[in-house]
Amino acid sequence: MKKSVWSMCGMCTVRCPIRVEVEDNAVTWLEGNQHILKGALCAKGSAGPSLVSDRERPQQPLIRRGGRGAGRWEAVSWEFALDYVADKLKTIIDRHGPEAIMASSRGGPFQDIVKAFTHALGSPNYSNHDSACGRNVHHASLSLFGLGRKGFIYDIKNAKHLVLFGRNILASLRPAEVNQVMDMLDKGGRLTYVDVRQTLTGIKATNFFQVRPGTDYALALALIHEIIKAEGYDAEFVERYTTGFDELAYFVENYSAEWAAKECGIKAKDIHELVGQLIADRPKVIFHPGWMLSRYNDSFYASRALNCLNALMGNIEVEGGLVFAKGAGDCGGKGPRSLTELSPKPTAKRADGVGDVYKQFEKGPGLFHLFYKAMATAQPYPIKGIICVRHDPFSCFPDPQAQKEALDNCDLIVSIDTHYSEFGWYADVILPESTYLERDSMIALQKGMKPRLIMRNKAIEPQADTLCLCTIIKGLATRLGLEQYFPFNTLQELWAWQLEPTGFSPADFEKKGFVEYADKPVMYDRDKLDGKFKTPSGKIEIVSQNLTEWGFPSWKPYVSPDKPPKGQYRLVFGRSPLHAHSHTINNPLLNEMMPENTLWINTREAGKMGVAEGDFVDVISGDVTSVITAKLTDFIHPEAVYTVHGFGRQIPLQTRAYHAGMSDQKLMKGQLQNMDPVGGGLNLCETFVTVRKSSKNHQRKVEL
Amino acid sequence: MNTYTLYLNSKRCIGCHGCVVHCKANKRLPVGPILCEISHESLKSVRGVPKTEFKFRSCYHCEDPFCVTICPTGAMKKRADGIVYVDVPKCIGCMACAGACPWGIPQHNPETNKAVKCDYCMDRLDAGLQPACVTKCTTHALKLVTMKEI
Repeated sequence: MKKSVWSMCGMCTVRCPIRVEVEDNAVTWLEGNQHILKGALCAKGSAGPSLVSDRERPQQPLIRRGGRGAGRWEAVSWEFALDYVADKLKTIIDRHGPEAIMASSRGGPFQDIVKAFTHALGSPNYSNHDSACGRNVHHASLSLFGLGRKGFIYDIKNAKHLVLFGRNILASLRPAEVNQVMDMLDKGGRLTYVDVRQTLTGIKATNFFQVRPGTDYALALALIHEIIKAEGYDAEFVERYTTGFDELAYFVENYSAEWAAKECGIKAKDIHELVGQLIADRPKVIFHPGWMLSRYNDSFYASRALNCLNALMGNIEVEGGLVFAKGAGDCGGKGPRSLTELSPKPTAKRADGVGDVYKQFEKGPGLFHLFYKAMATAQPYPIKGIICVRHDPFSCFPDPQAQKEALDNCDLIVSIDTHYSEFGWYADVILPESTYLERDSMIALQKGMKPRLIMRNKAIEPQADTLCLCTIIKGLATRLGLEQYFPFNTLQELWAWQLEPTGFSPADFEKKGFVEYADKPVMYDRDKLDGKFKTPSGKIEIVSQNLTEWGFPSWKPYVSPDKPPKGQYRLVFGRSPLHAHSHTINNPLLNEMMPENTLWINTREAGKMGVAEGDFVDVISGDVTSVITAKLTDFIHPEAVYTVHGFGRQIPLQTRAYHAGMSDQKLMKGQLQNMDPVGGGLNLCETFVTVRKSSKNHQRKVEL
Repeated sequence: MNTYTLYLNSKRCIGCHGCVVHCKANKRLPVGPILCEISHESLKSVRGVPKTEFKFRSCYHCEDPFCVTICPTGAMKKRADGIVYVDVPKCIGCMACAGACPWGIPQHNPETNKAVKCDYCMDRLDAGLQPACVTKCTTHALKLVTMKEI
């Protein structure tokens, strides 16, 4: 039988709306939702069915029988696996209290059930991957606007100028956003790209600045300096909606274009030219404050400076600028119910110290890496059980070896995932989740100019003995006597319960695959933005009251980044449009397109080492040595080497990805707790590695 | 006279290789055969910005295709609208077509042991749809152009 199903892609965390055609329980076609994406989908999206049919993903629940990481698994039934996990959780709760259990999941719309489960257990310790991603950006945005980084929508298609600092927007690939960028360029908009190397995004740029690694903040400060000096900012907006402008003007006095040019290794005249363009294009100028900005030890301040430039441009709540993300309430509607509302809020302090020792960090998901400290030291109390849902900390955080040592203090490690993660391979139990094409998910609200409810419908029945996340959690909750917090037996019942206050029904999703709260974009009156900024003063706080109270400067004096010692390079990483970090590396179709990563080395530097294109090089950090193929390019800063993140996997059952390429995070020795003290993001680009021509290049070999 | 051609607006193309995978997924091809390709020259500095342009290549659907002439079983055919395609049941997988093609366009499908090539997704065209690569192109940079004689 043929059918067409509205669903949501799950190949990466963008979660594009899709339409899937199914015949005899097999996917015959899938495409981006025509109403939103006009069919567009990326390579990863099209490779979804090859994930479903891949037998190199867990096919049934697995319980570890050998040592951790040894790869000796016993296949068990779901009944057995859930009983096993529930028993272990009970034992931990009896011995150490519920707060000794932590759970982590992918951020975004589906975290609700995992958070609700953690709270239902009585533990405040819910977390996610964000300390290796957007925490600096989030906290920078909070300190300035009182709104998190998702508080604004970037109206790129209507902008005249988009400025990106290391945000490789076209390769990171959110299809709707990428189309906005291309539309903006088609209309004659300008793109300024700043990075330590040239990228897929940079080749479309009007202005390109190849800066010395770690100097983003310097360039941002110089832009502020020159814009203020030229009186090129929106004085009326600044006067009305900001506090602390005079302090900023004083602070940036010495950070001129000439100074930054020297610091960043670029030309002062190019900075002046850019400033002229920005002033001409204002207010339709967007400074992207960064996405994954856990990079340098001043990334928080760099992001804060970029967001401050947005305020100086006066681009808030204007077409082609930063627009407040609207929720159901802005359209006179009500949002869906969430499970977290049902569970009692735990009273215990968080084991990561967020909100307590660390007042500067928002509680929400806290900071995952700090839980390793709690595991290792049993302070403020021990963490004995950990559940990670579609989250692979070993691929995401630095120094997996250090993570394993901390985890060895745990009595229970559970991985719930669609594929084998590096973390899952070290776990005690793997509970295999059905792939996104084989599972229903909770209904979620997407805020935006036109807020909408989105839904993932199961397209096909599971091809292996896997379950959807909601069923797994419900199964555990029932065994622990917590079923009252999960008032559903089927996903259809959960949807009906979620939708009740909204006035919509599941049938309303049948037409387009989503429902919208508004017909046209909702914009606030720009003259009445008072109270919209949730800072203590209700204004955009260029000098933040909170930061001052917590003992941090709002503007940190610039410190020039260290130069790598001779023979060493700063290791930077990024992504390719063909992979969603580590979790697609073993996908048959995507692996065919990009089976391994390479190390980008500046051509002149490679020449000094006698390395030619395609040679193997050794990359050394502490006791870790990786071998990788060299790619030579003139368009990377000589201080940096670059690789695509996610490779170098060591799971024997993933035969395609096994030891293919190099893992950047394994080279970040001793960096697990190297955190930005104000932003909470890890400093993932603060590792210097030794690079040399590898002895593996020898051609001599004996055949017989 | 060929009716169709595929045109890539290289200004919009971001080199994501989506088209290659859209094609493979639609034709349910195993690892091995790749029916269209995205390529680019090395980067050159243009007014201070290192730039390059992407090129798209699939079958040229020649006016007088060597692959059709050489096929020993008559499996390689050219339709009235110019589309050169493999009549799958007739193909014996000898791959003479690939040898005859100046660009090696026909590929061997190791699962079916037959030749496979770009046919502009003619089943989709006949159903009033666009080829997979065009329909799902991430940035709508690829277009199927219908040519007219002037």
